[in-house]
Amino acid sequence: MRHLLSAADLDAAETTGILDLAEEMALVQGRPVKKLPALRGRTVVNLFFEDSTRTRSSFELAGKWLSADTINISAKGSSVSKGESLRDTVLTVASMGVDALVIRHMASGAPLQAARWFAELGLGVHVVNAGDGTHEHPTQALLDAFTLRRHFRASQPDAGRDDHQPFAGRRIAVVGDITHSRVARSNVELLTTLGAGVVLVAPPTLLPAGVDTWPVEVRDDLDRVLGEVDAVMMLRVQRERMSGGYFPTPREYTVGYGLTRARLGLLRPGTAICHPGPMNRGLEISADAADSAGSLILDQVAAGVSVRMSVLYLLLGGADESGAVR
Amino acid sequence: MPDVIGPEHTTSLARQVLDADQISRACARMAHEVLEANRGAAGLVLLGIPTRGVPLAERLGRAMAEVESTPIPVGALDVTMYRDDLRRHPTRAPGRTEVPVSVDGAVVVLVDDVLFSGRTVRAALDALGDLGRPRAVRLAVLVDRGHREVPIRADHVGKNLPTRSDERVSVRLSEVDGTDEVTITGGAA
Repeated sequence: MRHLLSAADLDAAETTGILDLAEEMALVQGRPVKKLPALRGRTVVNLFFEDSTRTRSSFELAGKWLSADTINISAKGSSVSKGESLRDTVLTVASMGVDALVIRHMASGAPLQAARWFAELGLGVHVVNAGDGTHEHPTQALLDAFTLRRHFRASQPDAGRDDHQPFAGRRIAVVGDITHSRVARSNVELLTTLGAGVVLVAPPTLLPAGVDTWPVEVRDDLDRVLGEVDAVMMLRVQRERMSGGYFPTPREYTVGYGLTRARLGLLRPGTAICHPGPMNRGLEISADAADSAGSLILDQVAAGVSVRMSVLYLLLGGADESGAVR
Repeated sequence: MPDVIGPEHTTSLARQVLDADQISRACARMAHEVLEANRGAAGLVLLGIPTRGVPLAERLGRAMAEVESTPIPVGALDVTMYRDDLRRHPTRAPGRTEVPVSVDGAVVVLVDDVLFSGRTVRAALDALGDLGRPRAVRLAVLVDRGHREVPIRADHVGKNLPTRSDERVSVRLSEVDGTDEVTITGGAA
């Protein structure tokens, strides 16, 4: 693996490998000394053109716990605010001799573009997509899969289900603003790769063009879907990306598509509740749902560090395929 | 990892140096030695280094439990992330680390199949340091073949096996390979 740009680049075996390694990394979180020397001497730069709390800090912790040197650059307070272009910024940082760039950008495809520039210039910098526009957020999908896999393995409601195929036959509803959600796109890719069925539930105004070609079921009646699924993934309503007109009022959105207290009663016992955060409590998810026993939202946050440790280790931990030292 | 090669790589030139009975006797003797050195089983934790150190640790643990009539905690200590040659090979998948009880204040016996350069054991000591602070650490190996590159020695050895550095020592254990034997291949001998 040279870069991690899209969940679509990962096949089932690679995904399972990343998740298995993340399980090993999760054990480190329980130790008194949360440190592995695997990436000693490597440098990871988190280049964030968009605000973020959990993604940036979990990449930073993941790098630090693997003994890499990590630094954070955000658009505010850097030369980006002076008008420096994406190309100049990433090439400047890459030229300092860093080993990996973790990029979040408001433009879809920015990490891919950076990877192409590095290839053209022969720079051996690894790129991790930490969320690009409305395109993809592959490590979020990996941490969601990690969290759900643990949940499915622990619950095992149907005896005899193959522990090696925890997603086979599972149905997962992704609810809300699909159009603007890179989390939804990456999850559709990854969860279907792992063998789960994905049901998208959204008002027609929040469904992207071409959704009929995705390998998913599309529904608009949340109440009827809730009793049929093993997990429900609520998406944040991205008010900052909306110029208006996607739904009449927030109140109306909540009535139609919010995971309200009343809707909790429609879930089958053991149904997992996920949310990538940050949550708009009272809009797409009620406090009752967010804090309920079935909520895996804090497990998702913890999984974020383990999964990102796994990804950084796989990118930077050894020599490349040719045996050359990276 | 020490020099371990799978059965598919063995040639007709392989010389067997230990058979199943000899391995079994070596394990029994080491179990007694560990207990004697520790004056009993109190505070002992056996940690095998994957891959073949883990079944060896389990065998030692069973033998010791029989002698002392008390269960001995046995675990696995993966050292992949701590290796100093991590970057000279394609990314290695780590094995499992399972430490059944706290190592703080315990007498940890590291168990591996072959002691060669000593670098695996050095990595294991680093890994152990991140888990806690044992009262003492001892090393038990089935085969000591010499050629150390760091100042490390074993406390308990199943068989001292003088080798040339271009020879390969292969340990096969029934839990992993379906058979118990130690062979030497290669070299000019």
